[in-house]
Amino acid sequence: MALVGQILFVIALLFGFGFFARNVKKLVRNIRLGKEVNRNDKPNERFANMARVALGQSKMVKRPIAGFLHIIVYVGFVIINIEVLEIIIDGIFGTHRIFSFLGATYDVLIGSFEILALLVFIGVVVFWIRRNVIRIKRFWANEMKGWPKNDGNNILYFEMILMVLFLLMNATDFQLQSLGADHYTNEAGIVGAFPISQFLVPLIDGLSISSLIIVERAAWWLHILGILFFLNYLYYSKHLHILLAFPNTYFAKLTPQGKFDNLESVKKEVDLMMDPDADPFAAPDPSVEAEEPEKFGASDVKDLNWVQLLNSYTCTECGRCTSECPANQTGKKLSPRKIMMDTRDRLEEVGANIDANKGEFKDDGKQLLNDYISKEELWACTTCNACVEACPIGIDPLSIIVEMRRYLVMEESAAPNELNIAMGNIENNGAPWPYNQMDRLNWAEEK
Amino acid sequence: MEEAIKVPTMAEYMAEGKKPEVLFWVGCMGSFDDRAKKVTKALVKLLTKAGVDFAVLGTEESCTGDPAKRAGNEFLFQMQAAQNIEVLNGYEIEKIVTACPHCFNTIKNEYPELGGNYKVMHHTQFLKSLLEEGKLKVEGGKFKGKRITFHDPCYLGRANNEYEAPRDLLRKLEVELVEMKNCKKKGLCCGAGGGQMFKEPEAGDKDINVLRTEQAMETKPDMIAAGCPFCNTMMNDGVKSKNKEGEIEVMDVAEMIAQADEL
Repeated sequence: MALVGQILFVIALLFGFGFFARNVKKLVRNIRLGKEVNRNDKPNERFANMARVALGQSKMVKRPIAGFLHIIVYVGFVIINIEVLEIIIDGIFGTHRIFSFLGATYDVLIGSFEILALLVFIGVVVFWIRRNVIRIKRFWANEMKGWPKNDGNNILYFEMILMVLFLLMNATDFQLQSLGADHYTNEAGIVGAFPISQFLVPLIDGLSISSLIIVERAAWWLHILGILFFLNYLYYSKHLHILLAFPNTYFAKLTPQGKFDNLESVKKEVDLMMDPDADPFAAPDPSVEAEEPEKFGASDVKDLNWVQLLNSYTCTECGRCTSECPANQTGKKLSPRKIMMDTRDRLEEVGANIDANKGEFKDDGKQLLNDYISKEELWACTTCNACVEACPIGIDPLSIIVEMRRYLVMEESAAPNELNIAMGNIENNGAPWPYNQMDRLNWAEEK
Repeated sequence: MEEAIKVPTMAEYMAEGKKPEVLFWVGCMGSFDDRAKKVTKALVKLLTKAGVDFAVLGTEESCTGDPAKRAGNEFLFQMQAAQNIEVLNGYEIEKIVTACPHCFNTIKNEYPELGGNYKVMHHTQFLKSLLEEGKLKVEGGKFKGKRITFHDPCYLGRANNEYEAPRDLLRKLEVELVEMKNCKKKGLCCGAGGGQMFKEPEAGDKDINVLRTEQAMETKPDMIAAGCPFCNTMMNDGVKSKNKEGEIEVMDVAEMIAQADEL
């Protein structure tokens, strides 16, 4: 009988991790649809950034309440996972609390897991209240209707259930150990410390050993199956940040926020124009194969670079960017969070299209521009970098906005008319207004 | 009445076979906008008084390309950059000071890859260095004790992490420096960046400069200090929209230092 349980456990494990691996593969494939960009320079600085921002949560605490609660849930989540390792070993080999040989250390471990589990539970409940009772504005923006809203709550329910199951499992285990039930007892006496779950014991007091075993097994199984389910839920949810925050901060831009990249393709053309020896009528060099001219800017996800696509998967839709955005605060349509959500949604759509068409993308007549992100949103941006600064995990919505503006201006000549006039002036007389460049020093003579 | 001021140009220096220590990059606003021209003149007076060996490009200066780049016109930006870099390199410029954070950011961060490498300073950084070298004296004068809030320009602050130089100068003026709820790293944009200066805003329920002016007014200031010609215009308009133009003046830090010294 025990063997059947072990076999089922291994199957569940293989299935859970296998499905997860399949999704990770898909995730990597989708991110690689983006253009190349070199973010492998300065590894030390990158590691330091990751350690500070992702591991150290330095930007989370800029908002102290959410930051503090998040650190509890984050630390709890990471540390309680040590317990998952024991559960997996116990599940495979049919053992009971395999790490209990650690003695007093084990008691400290289990005891602290319990305290963390309670703190995580409380933290998650407060998060739920902030979302659903206090209704903090950023969780109720337009782009948060439907799935994004449910997704956020689902994760909170999950974590609550997992913590309750963990504590219930411990409470029944503690009771079974106390009653000296077979398989649960240990030569060393009671193993583990149960500072929190001991208070659940009155709930199960009076149950027979066989009933207790049913409750304990049910809690144990549901807990580990829940974790496997959660692992696989990630790919379909905004919650991928728990994994992707690390690579995302590692590969984030290190240069000053004000520095926008200089397009290489444009540089080549400008160099040619500025070269007095260039012959505009020269026949193309026959040794160089004629390439299709590169598209300027981005109208779809494949025109973005892979870091921007990684950004979109990493976004956990907290909305700090949007709440700091001057355009959004003054009622404009632009929401940097929506830019990230749209990018991911479109990327998922392109990925599904590739899967459905045997690895080849079939034109679906859609693109990121217009079908997801409107021109109105793009033109509302002041490029102030508030969204970039606000993101706790190094996402750069601004770079996507600029890349799409580049497409609008350089491929479609679709800038707002006033901007076209200003740019025409810059081109003709070196200033955004129709003043003559020869008048540029007139101020010195004016009284 | 202000008198005309002597502003040497690079061409004149070149003709004499000399090279100034620093180039003052005036920028389009500083050259043509009536409000910003006052800042330009104030800075020239301060540079002259401090005995700084400087020159301007004058008619050889052209837009850095910042608004074009942020509006998505990379082509126009790189054309402007190439022309400016050719002029700057032709004069073997090493050090540039400018009163416009947009010009500052563009020349400092985006020109190097295109062949333009200079030491670029925002005027508040440069004035602070003059102060530290003892070449410039900054005293309160008529601003002493005034309640002043500083509006961080995005392209000086967040974009380039300079928050203290303008504040240090204001403190030297012995003003009562008060901060808005969104300041420094969390400073709210005036609404002019990214090409917005040259177009109408998208539909919304408020203009960004009005929101920012409201934040400034919450600090009950006597004056709003600025460090960017765009911000200066936007905040001025914001103050006007609140019918407070008689009460709250918007001034660049350089103008304040010059006026405090009765220049």
